[in-house]
Amino acid sequence: MTKRKMYIRMITASLIRRRSRMLVALLAIMIGAAILSGLVTIYYDVPRQMGAQFRSYGANMLFTATNDNFTKEDVEAAKAVIASSELVGLAPYRYETVRINDRPILAAGTDMEGAQKTSPFWAVSGTWPSSTEEIMVGKVVAQTFNLHTGDRVTLSYAPETAKAGESGKGDTDSTASAEDEYVLDNTKDFKVTGVLDTGGNEEEYVYISLDDMEELVGGESHLDACELSVSATGDKLSKYESAINEAVPALQARLVKRVTQSEDTVLSKLQALVLLVTIVVLALTMICVATTMTAVVAERRKEIGLRKALGATDKSIIGEFMGEGLLLGGVGGLLGAILGFIFAQMVSMNVFNSSISFRFLLLPITIIVSIFVTGLASLIPIKSATNVDPALVLKGE
Amino acid sequence: MSLLELKNVSKIYGSLHALDKVNMKVEEGEWLAIMGPSGSGKSTMMNIIGCMDKPTEGEVLLEGVDIAKENNKNLTTIRRDKIGLIFQQFHLVSYLTALENVMMAQYYHSLPDEKEALEALDRVGLKDRAKHLPSQLSGGEQQRVCVARALINYPKLILADEPTGNLDEANEAIVVDLFRRLHEDGTTLIVVTHDPEVAEVAQRTLVLRDGRIDRETINENFTGKIRFD
Ligand SMILES: Nc1ncnc2c1ncn2[C@@H]1O[C@H](COP(=O)(O)OP(=O)(O)O)[C@@H](O)[C@H]1O
Ligand SMILES: [Mg+2]
Repeated sequence: MTKRKMYIRMITASLIRRRSRMLVALLAIMIGAAILSGLVTIYYDVPRQMGAQFRSYGANMLFTATNDNFTKEDVEAAKAVIASSELVGLAPYRYETVRINDRPILAAGTDMEGAQKTSPFWAVSGTWPSSTEEIMVGKVVAQTFNLHTGDRVTLSYAPETAKAGESGKGDTDSTASAEDEYVLDNTKDFKVTGVLDTGGNEEEYVYISLDDMEELVGGESHLDACELSVSATGDKLSKYESAINEAVPALQARLVKRVTQSEDTVLSKLQALVLLVTIVVLALTMICVATTMTAVVAERRKEIGLRKALGATDKSIIGEFMGEGLLLGGVGGLLGAILGFIFAQMVSMNVFNSSISFRFLLLPITIIVSIFVTGLASLIPIKSATNVDPALVLKGE
Repeated sequence: MSLLELKNVSKIYGSLHALDKVNMKVEEGEWLAIMGPSGSGKSTMMNIIGCMDKPTEGEVLLEGVDIAKENNKNLTTIRRDKIGLIFQQFHLVSYLTALENVMMAQYYHSLPDEKEALEALDRVGLKDRAKHLPSQLSGGEQQRVCVARALINYPKLILADEPTGNLDEANEAIVVDLFRRLHEDGTTLIVVTHDPEVAEVAQRTLVLRDGRIDRETINENFTGKIRFD
């Protein structure tokens, strides 16, 4: 048998047959490695996740009309300024007052797909409308008219002139003629696909497609507002804002400050926190390993004395204890890396609602770091093992 | 030249003279017993002869080399190559099997050799216990493993400090019989003991008192066999 085989046999026997003590150290290394690899995974994944997440917290740019209103062509011109890869979502809005059962209601005509992207936090019971003649109603509207998903509802539109007449000063003639116009005017049937619950005044609106809106209301097509979600941040976003204002005078571009700022600061704060926790965990793992190793050396003083009495040099004592420590570090690192991935996956699923892919490079890195940390933490306790006097084996208890 | 010679060896701890100008010679192949009350310096002497400690004064010549003047590294080499040790507390590594414990001595000496280690266990009658951990062995069996470990590297000199101190009479007889066979093979034995019966089987007995050699007796009718009265 070679010396190396016997060496491996001795250190593995020590780890396997002296389970209880080594389990503590193994656990410490494993948990340390798990938290480290988990945090590193999250650290690298968070910016990606956070970016998507914060963008999903809604529009970060808003167009309003410089004068009265603006057109789809204006929006197209503004869109051309923004790199298409950075435009996450765009929702044009046209607002009109319509009637349900003779009661005035605010209707928003929009692009449903775009609106879902710029307002992803909107909680819809049922679904968003996916075609024309479908409608999403705000919760307040739904309660007022006792509407539910699947119900049908009729919108009618009273033209400006009719409304002006209606609110006139009791001139019977004009009232009568306005009444005629109103009664004769446009109505349209819709199927309710969902009820919108935002907790804000969006609940007082009904939402239909732009096409339906134009059909119902008529007149020249125009827009009142447009919400955009852009993945650019900071200076770049500001540049887009001013570039659009210059290029398209009909509309006024404006940044929605709250979300764009918090995206940056929360991100850097989170990363700093992860870094801090990483350092603390590293230090704690090292303290735990060092303490365990000190205890192990103290516990095995007799054995060390015996090994020396049998002719072990200081070098071989260091080699054997280091071997045990490094093996422990390696096994702990391997188990920890796996555990850490599960941990990161759980965090990602719970916090960000998305899964992360396993980074294979992280496995060898975690193992190497664990081995290195264990070795470093064992250095002083193991060095103290060489101070054991072999003469102690002849001393009685 | 004697195998071992102590010339005016003293070991002084503060004002305590654990060994006080001891002179003695041990010839190759000799079986020597050392007796004396507790604290008389027996273990101190074993430590010095076993290259695990250095005397405060005097010369310790092992095969003509003064080990009192060697550095720790050379002492380790000399101990590894020339000396086999047996202790009262056995000192087996708890997580290694009997066989692995014997092989560990080979490992530090030269090369582990499983076959040879098994033969050594066979010599002490424990071949079928080779795969047992120390905790699965009786005290007597553990001490026999220690004898196998001490003889595995064919040391010139075997030092045993109270080897039967923790054993019952039956196991004591077995261990003494193992010593007899080692003696027959030409190994030099120095056995520290409290037990007159274990001392009597040796060729010569030294009695220590307060770090000095108090008495020396030669066993005229040496047989190497233990007698129980
Ligand atoms: N490291 C030490 N420091 C101080 N005194 C010691 C040390 N080792 C042994 N002694 C003392 O030396 C004397 C001899 O001890 P020892 O050789 O162990 O006796 P024995 O083995 O004969 O019982 C004892 O009084 C003991 O207390
Ligand atoms: Mg003693």
